[in-house]
Amino acid sequence: MENKLKEPFMPPIDRVDGKLKVTGAAKYSAEYNIPQMAYGVMVGSSIAKGIILSMDTKAAENAPGVLGVITPFNIEKPAGYNIETSGNISATKKGFNVFDDKLIRFSGQPIAIVMADSYERALHAATLIKVNYKKDSFQTNLEKAIPVVKPLEGNAFKDYTRGDVNAWKTAPVKIEAEYNIPIEVHNPMELHAITVHWETPDKVLVYEKTQSLMDTQEKIMELFGLKKENVHIITKFIGGAFGSAFNVWPHAVAALIGAKQINKPLKVVLSRDQMFMNVGYRPQSIQKISIGAQPDGKITGINHEAISMTASYQEFTEGIVNVSRMLYDIPNVFTRYKIYPMDLSLPTWMRGPGETTGAYALECAIDELAHALKMDPLKLRLLNYSDTDLEKQRPYSSKYLKEAFEIGSEKIGWNDRHPEPRSMPEGDWLAGYGMGSGVFIGWRGGAQVGARFTADGKLLLQSAVTDMGPGTATAMTKLAAETFGISPDKIVFEMGDSSLPPGIMQGGSGTTSSLGTTVNNATLSLKKKLFELVKNKAVFHTETIHDVKFEDVVFENGQMMLSSDHTRKMSYSDILESAGLDNIEFIEETKGFNNVDYSTYAYAAHFVKVLVHPATGVIKMEKIVSAVDGGTIVNDKTARSQIIGGVVGGIGMALMEEGVVDNRYGRWVNNNFADYHVPVNADVPHIEALFVNKPDPILNPMGSKGIGEVAMVGFAAAVANAVFHATGKRIRALPITPDKII
Amino acid sequence: MDKKVTTPIHSSARRNFLKQSSAMVALALAPPTILKAGDKKVEDQIAGYFEKVPVKLEINGKAHALSIEPRVTLLDLLREQLHLTGTKKGCDHGQCGACTVHINGKRVNACLTLAVMQGGNKITTIEGLANGDELHPMQEAFIKHDGFQCGYCTPGQIMSAVACVKEGHAESDDDIREYMSGNICRCGCYTNIVDAIKDAKKGGKSL
Repeated sequence: MENKLKEPFMPPIDRVDGKLKVTGAAKYSAEYNIPQMAYGVMVGSSIAKGIILSMDTKAAENAPGVLGVITPFNIEKPAGYNIETSGNISATKKGFNVFDDKLIRFSGQPIAIVMADSYERALHAATLIKVNYKKDSFQTNLEKAIPVVKPLEGNAFKDYTRGDVNAWKTAPVKIEAEYNIPIEVHNPMELHAITVHWETPDKVLVYEKTQSLMDTQEKIMELFGLKKENVHIITKFIGGAFGSAFNVWPHAVAALIGAKQINKPLKVVLSRDQMFMNVGYRPQSIQKISIGAQPDGKITGINHEAISMTASYQEFTEGIVNVSRMLYDIPNVFTRYKIYPMDLSLPTWMRGPGETTGAYALECAIDELAHALKMDPLKLRLLNYSDTDLEKQRPYSSKYLKEAFEIGSEKIGWNDRHPEPRSMPEGDWLAGYGMGSGVFIGWRGGAQVGARFTADGKLLLQSAVTDMGPGTATAMTKLAAETFGISPDKIVFEMGDSSLPPGIMQGGSGTTSSLGTTVNNATLSLKKKLFELVKNKAVFHTETIHDVKFEDVVFENGQMMLSSDHTRKMSYSDILESAGLDNIEFIEETKGFNNVDYSTYAYAAHFVKVLVHPATGVIKMEKIVSAVDGGTIVNDKTARSQIIGGVVGGIGMALMEEGVVDNRYGRWVNNNFADYHVPVNADVPHIEALFVNKPDPILNPMGSKGIGEVAMVGFAAAVANAVFHATGKRIRALPITPDKII
Repeated sequence: MDKKVTTPIHSSARRNFLKQSSAMVALALAPPTILKAGDKKVEDQIAGYFEKVPVKLEINGKAHALSIEPRVTLLDLLREQLHLTGTKKGCDHGQCGACTVHINGKRVNACLTLAVMQGGNKITTIEGLANGDELHPMQEAFIKHDGFQCGYCTPGQIMSAVACVKEGHAESDDDIREYMSGNICRCGCYTNIVDAIKDAKKGGKSL
């Protein structure tokens, strides 16, 4: 028997943790009060590269309330925290371990933690530390690094070639352009925070902002040589992350070391400015795209080359150019990806990592080609629509991008668009329509879910996963309610604790696919167990059915019923009672899925209307429609919010977000919300999020493909293309600020 | 920059005075065993005592008589000392709105005001908005319209939204957008936040 989602679906449900969030009762990692808790404040380096010659911490140590100051000069390494370093700058490409050596690798690098009995005292004492550096020359400017710095080598940087790399050059119609995206910073609203409590010298309780309980647990086990059962991570709520909360960042390690040293529970919260150089960012990129096409619009070849950056001490790669290998039906493809080590902190995954960057360039280039061909950009995309994955040489498990184009273009009124740029004035403003498509891989990893169904009709599900906002517990509750046939309010999905059965990370748009499969399998197991418990099955027998089988019954409204006669039924509670049981309890485990026969991707079709004020360069987002093929949508209400959220991230990327480093000092210029602009309410019109909502038949039993990332992929291109349509100006460097328009 | 100017002479001088005088008080009052310890701990405790200022204020209908260091912000008082963690810290610079509370009915960023300035004032935080188990209509509307994802900016958004309606700044969608722009939502739920505020306003219940 299958356990697929029923049609028609149960109506969407409100967030199961909504009440906790609107009353302030939801607890984030800095909000646990442990008796005797101390506060830690991180001190960052004021130079970008060099060596610390000396540190004067005396004033800080003597300041009122100070319990300890740890620096590279006085660290007492806890057992297991024993990372070798060579001590010279050239050999730093082996990671960065806080307080482990005296090298400075980036401005703002944590060089001390000051711990005191109150937050204010720690904060003040941290200002008293004096540092003497030997400065070294550094490079924080990607453009200047390219001619003089050697890019990293390795498998991640091999060129990809399909067919003839020169095909685009010989085509009758061609375009070539370069696209620039600056550093972007996740900036979740919650400051990264960790609260550490060493319950014994080899047992630690940690409240940490993490998207992956299991990875965080493992890393802390490794770092401090601890047993798994002695590393307890709790992350009940995450105030946004968007990729910034996978790593165990240096401040978290500092907190673990510090709490051990002062033998008190310790809380460390980064300040907003520290968030810019301590918990990753989307790296800057420079992309060159060349496309050639026949006059009828058939694309013959594409070259996509991307240059990006990583930290001098650690490699970070993302699939920026991959999108050009598979989004369109192009026979000849060449891609190249290089990254340069910079004297900046480590970049990390940020919403739609790789694809968001690559799709911006590709989808702008497609728009440029459409203009060169004098062709509708939507028509050009349909003409080059790929029905199979040419890179991996296999079919798609499902692809409903065409359907997404259809519903999205209709909703925005794409057909009323005048093709000519600058042809649609509205009063003092110039209107423009643009589109961009997004793609992101669908996948499924392994996960365990604990299940306990009790005679009072309640179902408890448990898994060590965390939720940074999409509503994982809500989606799982809805899924379990639908597949098990009970009301969602009878279900509790417990998560956010590493002592629960190991779940999956939250990220890469794979949580619902992975965890949902296990929840789905758990309710199927539960139904089978209930069926087996019915010793006397006569209640289900009819004139034609004498030996009822599992396949003959359905499970609805807390009742097991004969599918052909719903009056022959038994409630779940009665089944348990007649079997003399209080509950059924088990752990369901589902292995990850190795998708070898198919390629699975989620798709988005973003359509926007902008108004541009030619005299001032002001851009207003006037209308937004994003249509998404994410397979089956498990809970429409929360899924819609994910799309809206991805789109708002895209508005930021397109129009305002830009991490600025002063290359004279290698230091951040705009490390705060007043200077690093993110969209606010007034920047965002009503956003229409639409779903194709057709199941993917391969990836998982729900038919879902994942939507969190694809919501943002391709959106910035839609805005850039709309600005071109409005003004006739092609702005190829994000963000598109007024100064670039006028 | 002239280095002399950047040294916070006033505050450090005061601190030194307090530490010296506290040492003298300790000398006069402390039993010999503690004096022998002669350590920083005693000094710290006494310094802490002298640095605190008595403040009476009302939070969520409850009177508090507190002794607070003058440098403690209202936000840190709420979160770290009173454990009212519903009010959030997102920037500590008045740039994000996550710490929005009501002071005498007006919305204020709790990170931008010192706790000692609030003597005699009535402060309402997100924890004090609901009527017991009955949610405030704005809280209901945020759940109904899914006006949040991660939930971190939500208390600030809701406190701001209630004030926004009361101020008469929720007469149109554009009005709401403008007057709710001091509250950043990085999950990007603005569309739903606007819907929630409109709904709560037209719901007719007293906000």
